[in-house]
Amino acid sequence: MDGIAGKKSGLVWAVHLSTLALVILWVVPTLGLLVSSFRTGDQIVGSGWWKALGTQVQQLPAVRVSGEEVQKEGVFVIEGQLFATGTDISAWGTSSKEPEAFEAGTTTEIEGGATLTVAADGTFSLTSPSSMADLRMPRVFATASTPPEFTLNNYRNVISSPLAGQSIGQAFLNTLTVAIPATIIPILVAAFAAYALAWMDFPGRALLVAFVVGLLVVPLQLALIPLLQFHNWIGIGKGYLGIWMAHTGFGLPLAIYLLRNYMVGLPRDIIENARVDGATDFQIFTKIILPLSFPALASFAIFQFLWTWNDLLVALVFLGTGNDQQVLTGNIVNLMGSRGGDWEILSASAFVSIAVPLAVFFSMQRFLVRGLLAGSVK
Amino acid sequence: MNPALQALLVIVIGVGGCITYFYASNIFLDKVLFPAKGPNAGRNTNRANMVRPWLFLFPAMALLCLYLAYPVFATAWLSLFNKNHEFVGLGNYSRMFAEPKFIESLQNNIVWLIVVPAASTAFGLLAAQLTDRIKWGNFAKSLIFMPMAISFVGASVIFKLIYDSRDAALNQIGLINAVWLKFDGGVGSFLMLRLVPFVLIGCLLLAIAWAGWSVLRPLVQAQGSGGQGGGALVKLGRAAGALVAAFLVYQLGIWLYGIATNPLPFGTPQVWLQKPYWNNFFLMAVLVWIQTGFAMVILSAALRGVPEDTIEAATIDGANPFQIFFKIKVPQIMGTIVVVWTTITITVLKVFDIVLAMTNGQWQTQVLANYMYDKLFRALDWGMGSASAMIIMLLVTPILIWNVVNARKEMR
Repeated sequence: MDGIAGKKSGLVWAVHLSTLALVILWVVPTLGLLVSSFRTGDQIVGSGWWKALGTQVQQLPAVRVSGEEVQKEGVFVIEGQLFATGTDISAWGTSSKEPEAFEAGTTTEIEGGATLTVAADGTFSLTSPSSMADLRMPRVFATASTPPEFTLNNYRNVISSPLAGQSIGQAFLNTLTVAIPATIIPILVAAFAAYALAWMDFPGRALLVAFVVGLLVVPLQLALIPLLQFHNWIGIGKGYLGIWMAHTGFGLPLAIYLLRNYMVGLPRDIIENARVDGATDFQIFTKIILPLSFPALASFAIFQFLWTWNDLLVALVFLGTGNDQQVLTGNIVNLMGSRGGDWEILSASAFVSIAVPLAVFFSMQRFLVRGLLAGSVK
Repeated sequence: MNPALQALLVIVIGVGGCITYFYASNIFLDKVLFPAKGPNAGRNTNRANMVRPWLFLFPAMALLCLYLAYPVFATAWLSLFNKNHEFVGLGNYSRMFAEPKFIESLQNNIVWLIVVPAASTAFGLLAAQLTDRIKWGNFAKSLIFMPMAISFVGASVIFKLIYDSRDAALNQIGLINAVWLKFDGGVGSFLMLRLVPFVLIGCLLLAIAWAGWSVLRPLVQAQGSGGQGGGALVKLGRAAGALVAAFLVYQLGIWLYGIATNPLPFGTPQVWLQKPYWNNFFLMAVLVWIQTGFAMVILSAALRGVPEDTIEAATIDGANPFQIFFKIKVPQIMGTIVVVWTTITITVLKVFDIVLAMTNGQWQTQVLANYMYDKLFRALDWGMGSASAMIIMLLVTPILIWNVVNARKEMR
């Protein structure tokens, strides 16, 4: 369609620009949180994250002038350091109503005939022709510009210290404990079933495929109470064993469906040749089908891993809400409730939980896309 | 025992157990039960081959029945009992429909069901078409696809920062409020907040009205001429579609009126998540952000599959790029669009994490799944909770039937 060159260059530009706009719109939210997670708490609330690279302008807490009075050349002088060294004061004032009345370095007259100078580096000098022993010392309000500051402290903080029940580090381990068995176990169970549905001939096969397809869309919300009752009845209650079984059960329809669709597409010749050569179904499955189905197995494994890692509902219901068993998502929901305004904590916690799925996503995107296509286009 | 160690043990036991089960049961079948030797070798082989599929299927089917099929019936049964385990028939349902919070979540869910699949599919289609033939298309795609990997809870944190609101005297750290405060009621504000939305919504209204009319037209004309307009089911579907379109047109009409006349509170930061009605849309944006990548990936593959010669023929006939897109490509990938739409619809019905994390159903943002969670685990009313779960199941059922029918067709 780009055949008629030149004529459509305007359209090509429009396409590039719209794509860029769309990409920016989709990336900016995540970027905002990522940037915030590296900023100090003061700077996060001081300015929007999009200003993180610029100089941070913020109001410092007011300080009352104090110091020893010295007599110099006929006048009384108090000198000293008002604000920590390293601050760069851009404006200051002596009343809370006008905190930015004067620029740094200017001199102003205050009550009692004294003059006050506050320099950019935070030093001040108060000068008066008479002794200032009885003078009420002025308070100084200052607006300081500080250089942008980035830190890893937020991550250090959330990973080790328990902020909402337990530390994010522990929750991370819990999530890993949930996700890995819940990813591996359904694969094998589903692979055998998928082989039977794809390559073995028996009455009722079509019906079973339809059954699996139907279960694909059953909302797992329906399963919560009956399964909780069942788990209590068989005595495993709430715990890791229960959540592994639940995730296995909920993941199976997709696993069987994906794997069966893939296996049906494998070349018939190979399987029939193997049969003629006397291979049993079990041998065909382990020696031929399983290695050939690796891409589909990988796709499903990625899906299941992302799903179990990101899940909140199943974990809340089957794992319990005790502190020692909380997963990342549950922990973050708690943090949002109790530390809703502490963005340095929230953003770092969220990024700890997002990091692993993102790494999996970017390293294995190929398999993920293939799985999506096999799972829904057919 | 340390949970991590336990996990390792479970992996070993689970995987080992599976392999042992399959291996041992096959050996048992071939060597002990129906050995392929002796006088009955032929008959035994046949019998073994009849049993074997069920050996392969047994663990998966047992788990499926126990973890997904049985709970549907168990939940239906539970929904007939009240908190004290007394049989109340359909009492829970009638009590539920009398509850304003349930009606609110039902209404919200309907809006979610319309907006999220439509917006995600539309954005996905747009992204798929835009990235189709440009050099950095794959890079752009993987960035738009990225939110798929982020959990609903993580996305909620991300968007909560965007919607953050602070006192007017302070610097805004939420992106939306920072942008909002740039508007001061001048010409720019008129253009961006009145004219552009008005035109966009107006176009959408016209498009929906047109779509509704084209769905309804065969029905009206068939009645006029006394001819046949298809089966009763098709007629019903057409009428329902037209009804939905009429409802949407009515809603959008209200929006248009509002855009034109509402006074806008310029200069004051807004608490977006606490503005009833509109906060639903802010929550939906999170899901749209996540699901667009999914729609894009699938539609992009479908667009690649559109036969090149149909496009070439259209180009030769003088079709412009928009005509090619809407009249050649979109009709050919309609099947895929429907699949994407239904898949996202199912996700929407189950949405729970976003609402729980961002508003927990306050300020009139309740949805069915979160309502159900409330009933089950906060009010501990299993009957009501099960009843609301059944409502979700009821809403999924048409899609379920449609999927099964399609799968049956494919198998033939």
